[in-house]
Amino acid sequence: MDKIITVKNLVKKFGAFTANDHLTFDVYRGEIFGFLGANGAGKTTAIRILCGLSTPTSGDIKIAGYDIYRETEKIKKNIGYMSQKFSLYEDLTVSENIRLYAGIYGIPSKKAKEKEAELLEKLEMESARKKLISGLPLGWKQKLAFSVAIFHEPKIVFLDEPTGGVDPVTRRKFWDLIYEASNNGITVFVTTHYMDEAEYCNRVSIMDAGKIEALDTPGKLKEKYNANNMDEVFLKIAR
Amino acid sequence: MKQLKSFIRKEFYHIFRDPRTIMVLFFIPIAQLLIFGTVIKNEIQDIHIAIYDQAKDETTQKITNKILSSGYFILEKNLENINDIESVFRLGKVKEVIVFESDFGEKLTKEGKANVQLIADASDPNMARLAISYTSGIINDYVKKMHPNLQLPMQLEPEVRMYFNEEMKSAYMFVPGVMALILMLISAMMTSISITREKELGTMEILLVSPLRPMQIIIGKVLPYLLLSIANAFVIVLMGRFVFGVPILGSFTLLMLETILFIAMALCLGIFISTVAKSQMTAMFISMIVLMLPTILLSGFIYPIENMPEVLQVVSHIMPARYFISIIRAIMLKGTGILFVWQETAVLIGMTLFFIALSVKKFKIRLE
Repeated sequence: MDKIITVKNLVKKFGAFTANDHLTFDVYRGEIFGFLGANGAGKTTAIRILCGLSTPTSGDIKIAGYDIYRETEKIKKNIGYMSQKFSLYEDLTVSENIRLYAGIYGIPSKKAKEKEAELLEKLEMESARKKLISGLPLGWKQKLAFSVAIFHEPKIVFLDEPTGGVDPVTRRKFWDLIYEASNNGITVFVTTHYMDEAEYCNRVSIMDAGKIEALDTPGKLKEKYNANNMDEVFLKIAR
Repeated sequence: MKQLKSFIRKEFYHIFRDPRTIMVLFFIPIAQLLIFGTVIKNEIQDIHIAIYDQAKDETTQKITNKILSSGYFILEKNLENINDIESVFRLGKVKEVIVFESDFGEKLTKEGKANVQLIADASDPNMARLAISYTSGIINDYVKKMHPNLQLPMQLEPEVRMYFNEEMKSAYMFVPGVMALILMLISAMMTSISITREKELGTMEILLVSPLRPMQIIIGKVLPYLLLSIANAFVIVLMGRFVFGVPILGSFTLLMLETILFIAMALCLGIFISTVAKSQMTAMFISMIVLMLPTILLSGFIYPIENMPEVLQVVSHIMPARYFISIIRAIMLKGTGILFVWQETAVLIGMTLFFIALSVKKFKIRLE
């Protein structure tokens, strides 16, 4: 299979503390890759490095075929990012937010207009087009934030705990969007605490204390650790 | 370019949709100008004076009585020695000393000309100026009534001397001062807050992940405030000119160029603050405590630098507003050109470059 992210011996140190200890893994084109770990295990540090928000201490990393040290500008055009913090501007309307990102990613305004109409129709949010983000329900905001993150049709989208603080029904709906993106060929790299979400991934890696302890499909991991669900797998690894 | 345009449009949305920002940008400048403008034009009362009367004749006695009965002045002490003047000022209570030359009355009637010297403690320059003008007004008025045949104001020559601050530097000081203050407020504080807000909300990460370059982000943040600051500078200068009658003797173009330089410096300072501060609150605190207060107190805006303790005089050298105020004052009030303010201008350019270098270095490290 086609590798879209390759990471070899990624190390990130903050002084004497090693947040990422020789991480090595590959992500394949079009898959949903779950990046799991307890708080403080080093997930966020790793995802920030992959997005170019932070530089690694050492290691070879390629994103969409581009080197993370030398070709950051090319990487940026090919990735989308949605963080656990909210990533839309509350004092801008739905439409203004979409146009802003379209502008930043250099999408021609005619195309942006068409895509915006399409997107709002799909999300059933046409009525909210001129409403400020601050007045929308959290579920809508999250769906919109995700849609904006993939508005420029990136090759990879990084989601850092995208469903924090949302009820199970909304989460389920959010995952429908993720599947859809994946079906359209976008690789999804997602971190989460929710083990039910881990089941939705094609493959998951589980980090503990800065190291990747396990990496496989949810089915194989359950088999290997003799567990009924991902929750048990996680507890056996993270102890 | 299109990227930058979308980004700048967003910044203007932020500015025009936040009532607090609107307040800071459009109402506070005018309010401050009016407040400082009117507060400084204060009335005087109960000024303690000392009189060194070398003549001790009828005329000087009458003038003295007239001054004391005016209600503005209280006689603290009659001096007997020229050396007492300095020491009586040092004690601090006496704000003005009136010196009549010997044979004052006689000279006035015979030669039609006599000297009276008014010495004021100009550590509060505004008060000193008022005291002097009140006193000379009273003296002139008396002489005019007593000797209507004399041609005034030629004959009586009040010789004015400002103690501690010879040049009376605070006249019209407040317009340049308020300008420095407002520009500092808008440029440094508002940019630093607007950048830290993005950090707090998490949107900065999104911007840094996007193809926008850090330099574009900075320019996009700074440009709206640059434009608004320039607009504010215009309003302040015009209000100073037409509401308070502060003249603009020098070149208006030079004035504006220097103002833009100062704004650029303050913007860079704001960017630097935002790279240090993690939250909007911190950014506001740093701007308030580290920028605003010293700008008000140490730049020579309200308290003349010459009167400060030496330590603070040294500290005032790192206040950008100090140089700006002195440039603006020179251009507006003295009508001087660039030849006379190039040193201050150079200092401001140096400071701007320093903060740019520092911010670029800091901003590169980004969000770690």
